[in-house]
Amino acid sequence: MSEIALEARHLYKVFGKNPGQAVRRLQDGQSRSDVLDAGTAAVIDASFTVERGEIFVVMGLSGSGKSTLIRMLNGLLPPTAGEVIIHGSDVSAATPRELREIRRRSVSMVFQHFALLPHRTVIDNAAYALEIQGVAKAERLERARAILDKVGLAEWADSRPDELSGGMRQRVGLARALTAGTDIMLMDEAFSALDPLIRREMQEQLVELQQELGRTIIFITHDLNEAMFLGDRIAVMRDGRIVQLGTPEEILTDPANDYVAQFVQDVDRTRVLTARTVMEPPHLTTPVSAGVRGALRVLREQQARAVFATEGRRLVGVVTDRAVIRAVKAGQTDLRAIVDQSVLTVGPDELLTDIVESAVESPVPLAVVDETRRLIGVIPRVTLLATLGNVEPSTRELPVVSTPLDMVAEFTPLVDAAANAAPAAGAGADGGPTTTTEEGAL
Amino acid sequence: MDIAQWFADGARIPLGAWIKDLIDFLTTYGGWFFDFVAATFLAVYDASTWLFTTPPTWAVILVIAALSFWAKGWKLAVGAALGLVLIDLVAQWDNAMLTLALTVVAVLIATTISVPLGIWAARSQTVSNIVRPVLDFLQTMPAFVYLLPAIFLFSVGPVPGIVATIMFALAPGVRLTELGIRGVDKEVVEAGHAFGATPGRILRQIQLPLAMPSIMAGINQVIMLSLSMSVIASMVGAPGLGRPIVQALSSVNIPLGFEAGTAVVVIAMILDRITGGFGTRDRSRRRTSFSKTSEPDAAPAAA
Repeated sequence: MSEIALEARHLYKVFGKNPGQAVRRLQDGQSRSDVLDAGTAAVIDASFTVERGEIFVVMGLSGSGKSTLIRMLNGLLPPTAGEVIIHGSDVSAATPRELREIRRRSVSMVFQHFALLPHRTVIDNAAYALEIQGVAKAERLERARAILDKVGLAEWADSRPDELSGGMRQRVGLARALTAGTDIMLMDEAFSALDPLIRREMQEQLVELQQELGRTIIFITHDLNEAMFLGDRIAVMRDGRIVQLGTPEEILTDPANDYVAQFVQDVDRTRVLTARTVMEPPHLTTPVSAGVRGALRVLREQQARAVFATEGRRLVGVVTDRAVIRAVKAGQTDLRAIVDQSVLTVGPDELLTDIVESAVESPVPLAVVDETRRLIGVIPRVTLLATLGNVEPSTRELPVVSTPLDMVAEFTPLVDAAANAAPAAGAGADGGPTTTTEEGAL
Repeated sequence: MDIAQWFADGARIPLGAWIKDLIDFLTTYGGWFFDFVAATFLAVYDASTWLFTTPPTWAVILVIAALSFWAKGWKLAVGAALGLVLIDLVAQWDNAMLTLALTVVAVLIATTISVPLGIWAARSQTVSNIVRPVLDFLQTMPAFVYLLPAIFLFSVGPVPGIVATIMFALAPGVRLTELGIRGVDKEVVEAGHAFGATPGRILRQIQLPLAMPSIMAGINQVIMLSLSMSVIASMVGAPGLGRPIVQALSSVNIPLGFEAGTAVVVIAMILDRITGGFGTRDRSRRRTSFSKTSEPDAAPAAA
């Protein structure tokens, strides 16, 4: 994963009368509107590296310069300043012949409006890149057929593009780029022209194909949900500049500025955030070796109703206050005997959307355990609610007291009522609040 | 001083005299070039004439009918045959064949000039900027005006007729070729570049096929303009249907004028339908997607 496929160094693109002067002035710290008299700056000082096998998403609204940026990566637009390095060769300094060679061997592209050749069949379109590379006809058709099969278009091979639906046409576009056999694929708003259901399907297919074929993908989009779904890393662009670069979780939990924060407000965070991102350090634990007395002491000190019992940092189960008191009265000392082992646990990489229900049902904070059942964190209900309600999520203390949080205030009684109800009726009663919580977060 | 005097004299610039000087200069120093062009065109024209006048009438009718059938179908074939028989029955057959021969030569030459020029203009804004006013000039200058310098440069006969015809018919071929290529979806051309295609391959495999309906409309216009100009060219001695028309005009001979005029109309319709048929045939081979893209392109041609 650490090998660098593509590197952009201080890329500038200015359209207009005097691009060179505009770049110098931008480098001297003038703003985009200051240099308007010299030219329109589409991309300003963009630097990033893309690692082999990653999906790198460039996200921004129209006019943010993302399409210009992607066209500089394969030399369709020459940068005004800066350089693009692909596998060690400088795209921006290449001669036309070298540039064609780089495009044939290293970078293919998928277009927003598909850009298929309407006078050729689907399979000829899919094989077009190979035709340009000079691959013999039989071989290129065979390779194109294999890829068409992968994207589910095998039976349409001899149709014309205009006989296909939008989603199918873009699959041909995808097949053409995949058939080219290049390591890097540029995708320019590739799914933006498709309707939402098809788009989702294509996104899932792209992720599958990427996992199978291991291509490096640079994906341009204006849709944040798409960016969050696809991106291993996301560069957020605004007015020609990259304002934040990070993983989807970093961008969601730690927006670099108000613009990004405002942008990510509408994202369905339960589909992006994982248990690991929101979990808190586990304070309420007692080793099994400490016995019933040890558990009692923790419960009293922490004023809690239940505590996690661990053994060698591995989770054994939950001990409730009631069980501890009963055991003390009965003179029991072995904690193991009274541990409730049926405690709910979640994995660190589970999405919040999948754990909301368990968290609401559980009387104790949800335990986050790794594959060896080591207790690596807990998710108290309040943390979950705060996250869903888009309240500062990096709190390490109980925020319910200090934070004026309408949402939590609103839901806590409901949730408590559900949790306090008899366990038998719990499942039915919890359905209501759980659903409401999710809707509130959307 | 001089300028004041010049205004007092009525502010007249001798544009016409300058053009005449230019023509004189060309005939004096470029004579060898124009002689060469004249000889070449004449040879091509003679070959074309031989092709149309040597076979018997029925053979020519059969070939044209077969061509019509191939291009569009039996209806056009029957119509073309009837029209040609009509020409023969009004005693204009020989003239019609000479006109056809001249038109074919002019169209071939005009196409070989205009399509590459249109491609060049589509690829270079500078060329486009230079070519456009020249085409405006060629297209709107009254057709008769070409005839005089043509006589000076090529003397009387079919060659000045051919040259004047080419000049007059060139413009739509260049314009519609440029328009067609510029109208090709930018993203598709970009796709060609993005996969590493050479400019020549992009032209052959993307731009020309996608611009073909527009280019065909341009060629169709070239043919129609050539035909109408070839009649006018008879005034400088080009043979064909123009002769009886000019003769009818000078001798107030209404019957002769209409007979020859009808023959021109018949030939025009046959040529238009055949080339139009090739255009749509081309389109139908590329299926329906093209009918959409071709319509906006064809509109200026009709205008």
